[in-house]
Amino acid sequence: MTTFTPSTAAETLSTVAWAAAEEAPLEILGHGSKRGIGRPLQTEHTLDLSKLSGVTLYEPAELVLSAKAGTPLADIESLLAENGQQLAFEPLHYSPLLGGEKGKGTIGGVLAANLSGPRRLKAGAARDHILGVAAVSGRGEAFKSGGRVVKNVTGYDLSKLMANSWGTLAVLTDVTFKVLPSAETEVTLALRGLLDDQAAAAMALALGSSAEVSSAAHLPERVAARVAGGSLGSTAATLLRVEGFGPSVAYRVAALKDLLRNAGPLEEISGEISRSVWRDIRDCAPFTDGSEKPVWRVSMAPAQGHQMVLALRMQAAVDAFYDWQGGLIWLRMEHGDPEADLLRGLVRQYGGGHATLVRAAPSHRAAVPVFEPQASQLAALSARLKAEFDPKNILNPGRMAPAASSATLGPATEGAAS
Amino acid sequence: MSGLLMPKPDDATMRRRDEIVADMRIIVPGEGVVDAANSMRAFESDGLTAYRQLPLVVVLPETVAQVSRVLKYCNDRNIRVVPRGSGTSLSGGALPLEDAVLLVMSRFNRILEIDFPNRIVVAQPGVTNLGITIAVEQEGFYYAPDPSSQIACSIGGNVAENSGGVHCLKYGLTANNVLGIEMVLMDGEVVRLGGRHLDAEGYDLLGVMTGSEGLLGVVTEVTVRILKKPETARALLIGFPTSEQGGQCVADIIGAGIIPGGMEMMDRPAIHAAEDFVHAGYPLDVEALLIVELDGPSVEVNHLIGLVEAIAYKNGSTTCRVSQSEQERLTFWAGRKAAFPAVGRISPDYYCMDGTIPRKELPRVLHGMRELSERYGLGVANVFHAGDGNLHPLILYDANVPGELDKAESFGADILRLCVKVGGVLTGEHGVGVEKRDLMPEMFNQIDLDQQMRVKCAFDPNHLLNPGKVFPQLRRCAELGRMHVHRGQTAFPDIPRF
Repeated sequence: MTTFTPSTAAETLSTVAWAAAEEAPLEILGHGSKRGIGRPLQTEHTLDLSKLSGVTLYEPAELVLSAKAGTPLADIESLLAENGQQLAFEPLHYSPLLGGEKGKGTIGGVLAANLSGPRRLKAGAARDHILGVAAVSGRGEAFKSGGRVVKNVTGYDLSKLMANSWGTLAVLTDVTFKVLPSAETEVTLALRGLLDDQAAAAMALALGSSAEVSSAAHLPERVAARVAGGSLGSTAATLLRVEGFGPSVAYRVAALKDLLRNAGPLEEISGEISRSVWRDIRDCAPFTDGSEKPVWRVSMAPAQGHQMVLALRMQAAVDAFYDWQGGLIWLRMEHGDPEADLLRGLVRQYGGGHATLVRAAPSHRAAVPVFEPQASQLAALSARLKAEFDPKNILNPGRMAPAASSATLGPATEGAAS
Repeated sequence: MSGLLMPKPDDATMRRRDEIVADMRIIVPGEGVVDAANSMRAFESDGLTAYRQLPLVVVLPETVAQVSRVLKYCNDRNIRVVPRGSGTSLSGGALPLEDAVLLVMSRFNRILEIDFPNRIVVAQPGVTNLGITIAVEQEGFYYAPDPSSQIACSIGGNVAENSGGVHCLKYGLTANNVLGIEMVLMDGEVVRLGGRHLDAEGYDLLGVMTGSEGLLGVVTEVTVRILKKPETARALLIGFPTSEQGGQCVADIIGAGIIPGGMEMMDRPAIHAAEDFVHAGYPLDVEALLIVELDGPSVEVNHLIGLVEAIAYKNGSTTCRVSQSEQERLTFWAGRKAAFPAVGRISPDYYCMDGTIPRKELPRVLHGMRELSERYGLGVANVFHAGDGNLHPLILYDANVPGELDKAESFGADILRLCVKVGGVLTGEHGVGVEKRDLMPEMFNQIDLDQQMRVKCAFDPNHLLNPGKVFPQLRRCAELGRMHVHRGQTAFPDIPRF
């Protein structure tokens, strides 16, 4: 049981090259803030990248930032904020939900988990902002992809391929992200007391207008009380965030109020309360309860989300709230059983998408596919890709799919689609 | 064709041409198979017209099942396939091969679904980019990526090339606006990536497919996000005595937190050519002309116009006009949009390059280009997506003068080397294709290229789909798969810690 803590890309390369030669599986960690997501690993050795840290390039006028993969996300966010900039995709901080310490998480983890937040609707996720990477494949080879410019179609986009790969394809050593100016002003419009279906209709109306709503969430009754220190009260809140230059925000908020005048009672929220509401929605604060009750993160077409939840409520005790206009559904299973087959069946029935079990006891994570099982052709393709990057299966083996444990190719990947 | 080495035609395939054509007619009955040389002539090149080649046979399938059967048939018999959308590629991505089936997707031309509550459109790959906007504009929506060939280019081709456009600084490239695709692998398997929801459930194969230039799979359906049209748009036309001042103005606009809908720059030769052609009223006494378009609610646009005017003045602009009507805004753009044909009027031929650089390097790169221009004795005009650093140098030459095409290509290659040297890349939006294929080692070492080719191996292990594009030399997958490990000679025989 050895933990390697390289502080340079070269040391990282040596470690992985050694592990590849020895066929010694490694658990790849930044701060370990998302260690609780995925199938539990049983590797002998750990590759801890938290010492591979530091911003290597930041040019605000060029809207670009490069950092070593183990650089704390919190440090990068502070540096950007000092310059009036941000990661526009608003990466969620998983640590508190998973029982970890606040402020943990690295920039490499942001990409490896393809994090995003409420602004995903308008600004995309980590995958949409990554410009370039340097990484070490499971073959023990250091490769790079992309660059430091926004517009680049030179060769395959291996940088995007690192997004949501959870350390199973390569060990990131350096990442370059596009950064953007922070909005000068933000105002949140809250519609109060709507049922889920009414909220879905109101959000679709708002997003279908030219008011450039950057985030739309719905917190059903009681859930609303669990954000921003309870300042919203417990009445259901349907929240629309408008960001930009002051005069523009005022104009668009007025337009939205007019558009939604018959939808229900309206409130305007601004300043720190608005910011903390969205931070708490981003980080799934309503389910940050210190428990191991299963929490799902489901992505679907926005208009169908609440229908799926309604059907699910008929058969299981769940607590739910919505982000991304209703397309991102956070679920907490109140009786402790993840009900994976039931949930995934309903997701398929209501137009498709995917469900990730982001919090659960280790026994559940070992027994239930944490990531959405894929159709057999797609699972086989993914397994072939894994084998091309990591033929000895030494990088986070089995974390995403049990199928990826073999370097042999072929469609008969066990446990792929059920 | 100047010195471009394509994969050697396979003799066995060439000998069996008649049989292959007959089998294709069984798979795609009716008018869907074209084998007469005269009729195939229309497909012999794409937008990169310097290269021409007749294919083995042209096949125009109508259904996914036909695409699947064609690919499986070819895979089983080791026959190469080149996919093609509308054929507007500027890098030779759809250049036929003598021994390859040219799979033309133009009959996949239907919009399958429009869903306004979820703001998505599901389209077949042969639908044009503009066709999607036209299908939803009566409700005030549009599809944001707008490559200048949008009247003709297909959405499937946009996926293959990760197409951008003037507005991608604010609204993103194809990769940021596609939610899902259906595709057929070379072995005939049909795979769906993504869907109607955000983000993939596993590896971001959609991200890799977007911009893969037809080497990984054939797209048969595309789901895109649509946006509500901004309330209004206005443009500023700003002239500067030097390109340095223009470049600094761009940096300051972005530094002020403003992301314009579009921000384009032209240099003196491009300004003059455009003005002579369309009489847009461009100032002729400036070295750099900037078009800044701001879109959104009118109150926002007016607010930002004030800020941009002040920034331009501070940077020494000598002219600054703000469009007062939609007509005037379009006039400002008319010159820029006609820049390529305008340059075509002042030179018998031109060669369009597509490097991207960090914006701050613009003066250095323009200077380097002037030096190269003198050395090669060929003129160059520049149009520039200034907001995202994407340069389109247009090299002026005359193909009828022996050796000038070669000279233009060498000049172009030197410009791209310069782009890479200052931290940029070979291609911002036109793709590698055959055009920049042999320059890939300027940007990537062999390990980088090998890892990209291994992705190809996972999708198409026999290298049958669009070979000869993107990679200077395709290495066999078996060879790429070998691990070179030296047990006992590693750095950590005793597992040290750092």
